[in-house]
Amino acid sequence: MNFLTSAWGWLTDPANWDGTGGIPNRLVEHLDYVARSMLIAGLIALPLGLLTGHTGRGGFAVTTVANAFRALPTLGVVIIVVLTVGLGLWPVLISLTVLAIPSILVNSYEGIRNVDADLKDAARGMGMTGWQVLLRVELPVAMPLILIGVRTAAIVTVSTATVAAIVGLGGFGRYIIDGLAVRAFDTEVAGGAILVVVLALLVGAVFIVLRRVLVPAGVRNQS
Amino acid sequence: MTRFIRVAVVGVASLLFLAACGGDDESPTAGATSASPSITNVTVGSANFPESELLAEIYAGALEAKGVTVERQLGIGAREVTYGQLQSGDLTIMPEYNGALLQYLDQNATASTTDETNTALKAALPPELEILDSAAAEDKDSLTVTQETASQNSLTTIEDLAKVSKDMTIGGPPEMKQRREQQFKDVYGLEFKEWKALDVGGPLTVTALKDGDVQVGNLFTTDPAIVANNFVVLDDPQSVFGSQNVTPLVYKAGVDQNIRDTLNAVSAKLDTATLSQLLAKVVTDHEDADQVAQDWLSSAGLA
Amino acid sequence: MDWQWAADHVDDFAEATRSHLYLALMPVLYGLLISMPLGLLCVRFPKLYPPVFAGANVIYALPGLALIVLLLDITGFSNWTIIIPLTLYTLVVLVPNIVDGLRSVPDPVRQAATAMGFGELRRLIQVELPISIPYVMAGLRVATVSSISLVSIGVLIGDDFGGLGVFFIDGFQQDFMTPLIIGVVLSVALALLADALLVLVQRLLTPWSRTRRDRPAAQLERVGAA
Repeated sequence: MNFLTSAWGWLTDPANWDGTGGIPNRLVEHLDYVARSMLIAGLIALPLGLLTGHTGRGGFAVTTVANAFRALPTLGVVIIVVLTVGLGLWPVLISLTVLAIPSILVNSYEGIRNVDADLKDAARGMGMTGWQVLLRVELPVAMPLILIGVRTAAIVTVSTATVAAIVGLGGFGRYIIDGLAVRAFDTEVAGGAILVVVLALLVGAVFIVLRRVLVPAGVRNQS
Repeated sequence: MTRFIRVAVVGVASLLFLAACGGDDESPTAGATSASPSITNVTVGSANFPESELLAEIYAGALEAKGVTVERQLGIGAREVTYGQLQSGDLTIMPEYNGALLQYLDQNATASTTDETNTALKAALPPELEILDSAAAEDKDSLTVTQETASQNSLTTIEDLAKVSKDMTIGGPPEMKQRREQQFKDVYGLEFKEWKALDVGGPLTVTALKDGDVQVGNLFTTDPAIVANNFVVLDDPQSVFGSQNVTPLVYKAGVDQNIRDTLNAVSAKLDTATLSQLLAKVVTDHEDADQVAQDWLSSAGLA
Repeated sequence: MDWQWAADHVDDFAEATRSHLYLALMPVLYGLLISMPLGLLCVRFPKLYPPVFAGANVIYALPGLALIVLLLDITGFSNWTIIIPLTLYTLVVLVPNIVDGLRSVPDPVRQAATAMGFGELRRLIQVELPISIPYVMAGLRVATVSSISLVSIGVLIGDDFGGLGVFFIDGFQQDFMTPLIIGVVLSVALALLADALLVLVQRLLTPWSRTRRDRPAAQLERVGAA
């Protein structure tokens, strides 16, 4: 287990906090990849999931698409995009987005679907339109499950964003790839891996806060 | 009860299926080390890039023509692994590059000609390993630029480059900056604005050079992309990149004189031009490495 | 797309597919063998669950590439260097699902079984596990699909350890789309096929639950619910 001590030494070395290769800069890069792909994934998957869940149609399509995306090998997708559009952010963004969509899509669909039919009836009985039912009743009730889906997607994205380094970009993956190249397994590679894990856990923790904010007290206390 | 039977059947069927799929997780056995006069089994390995696989196929084909059974273990991703496997005899033969191998064994090595490098290598290798004859074929690191960059700045050698490089970005293997920055400065007064970590003379570096993301790329001299893209390889008069002759690295106990002679005969006929041509067939024409190797061996009278 | 090349290399694709399946499915099997008892323990000793769950999450967050590189030192150049990380990744899905599945057994059912004279083991095997099957299968499906898609990373260690991934690297190094596309298509097809097979197995194992909906796949996303 002594690679933990050597990794700690590397992590606390001030030289590694400096400049383009420094931890702060790589952190910003890494978060950049994660944020962008999560944003795109959310913009695609959330509306789709909410709508199909609300109308009750397209459930089969949702699970099929989610499955297909989950089945795509990340490395293969990255390489195909690189060969098609060249180096740059797109290969990374596309593969990360593809990876993030299933979790968000399936959970928003199921979350809305599982809302108690009685609640929906009551809402309609109160005169709410379809949109109002969706936004004021179904969405808040489904929020816990949706947040879980987004959280899972975020964690997977943080972990897989290391793939950016394979195509010459930055982020924490750089430490793993570069460390591998100079055989610094115990220091740079281990340090890079630890950074990714810590970031993933932090991102996960953010969702605990988000849960408090986004899920209404009534729903929160129920589940 | 019936449900239990159902479950059992499904369970057993799946286990049988998986077992039948079987794995190839036994490591290959080394060549016979018994007292028999000639060795009939070897394992040839290669690294994770086309040229290495091509060379391995060439060695394998030549040996098979002499009646040796060859097992191939191609595409191994790290020299740590291939070297370790050679030391233990799990691999018998590896196509290596003398300069790179020397660097791997001794980071401070300064040998630059083929003879110097091989002498140093022989001293640095452990007793169970040895190198055979080097081929004339070399595949060296290089500093390569696009045709436009070369003409715009009148570049033919690295010395020319040193005059204009301060505003340029160089792309190459992740470890290049660490290894070469000081050396370039000392030998050529060569400095760069930025060092981009791409890959080891692979498609990323080629693409980056093509697209102008870097102005100078560390490509390998036999890379078909150089010819295909009209790149210009800058001369290295001070030989910072040393010698990189294709040299078989072998596990002594796994080879006999017959095998040595066979491989030496191959090395005698392998020069840089030939290697580049053969490599282009694999990389550009997408022909199979073993076929390309076989064709060349026949035409060279080695198989 | 170079169809001629594709036709010439059918054998290579078959071989790579076989290896890919092995490298992907063994981890799922091992994962199941580990998470079953682990899940049972967590249900029996509820205090065990949060740390186990947290631990699985931490492992899941580890980038596959790093795990493989770090394992190279220990397990060297063998299938284990791929199989171990993939097995660990399946735990994140399988353990929560097994726990949720067992917990989903309604108390009255448990009590009825005991009342009928079922011992604990018999109750587990004949009542609780069958009821948990939908949850376990949901988890198995995700674990299997993910595993199949992750195997290709192994090619960064060596050609023999990435299954179909070898075609990705070849395609990349030769700027050649054909092996790349075929490799991806095959990989996806394998995953979808495996998923469909598992659905079939589930139907076979639970003939009583021909309900309108499958157990929602979202259950397996309860990675944060516990």
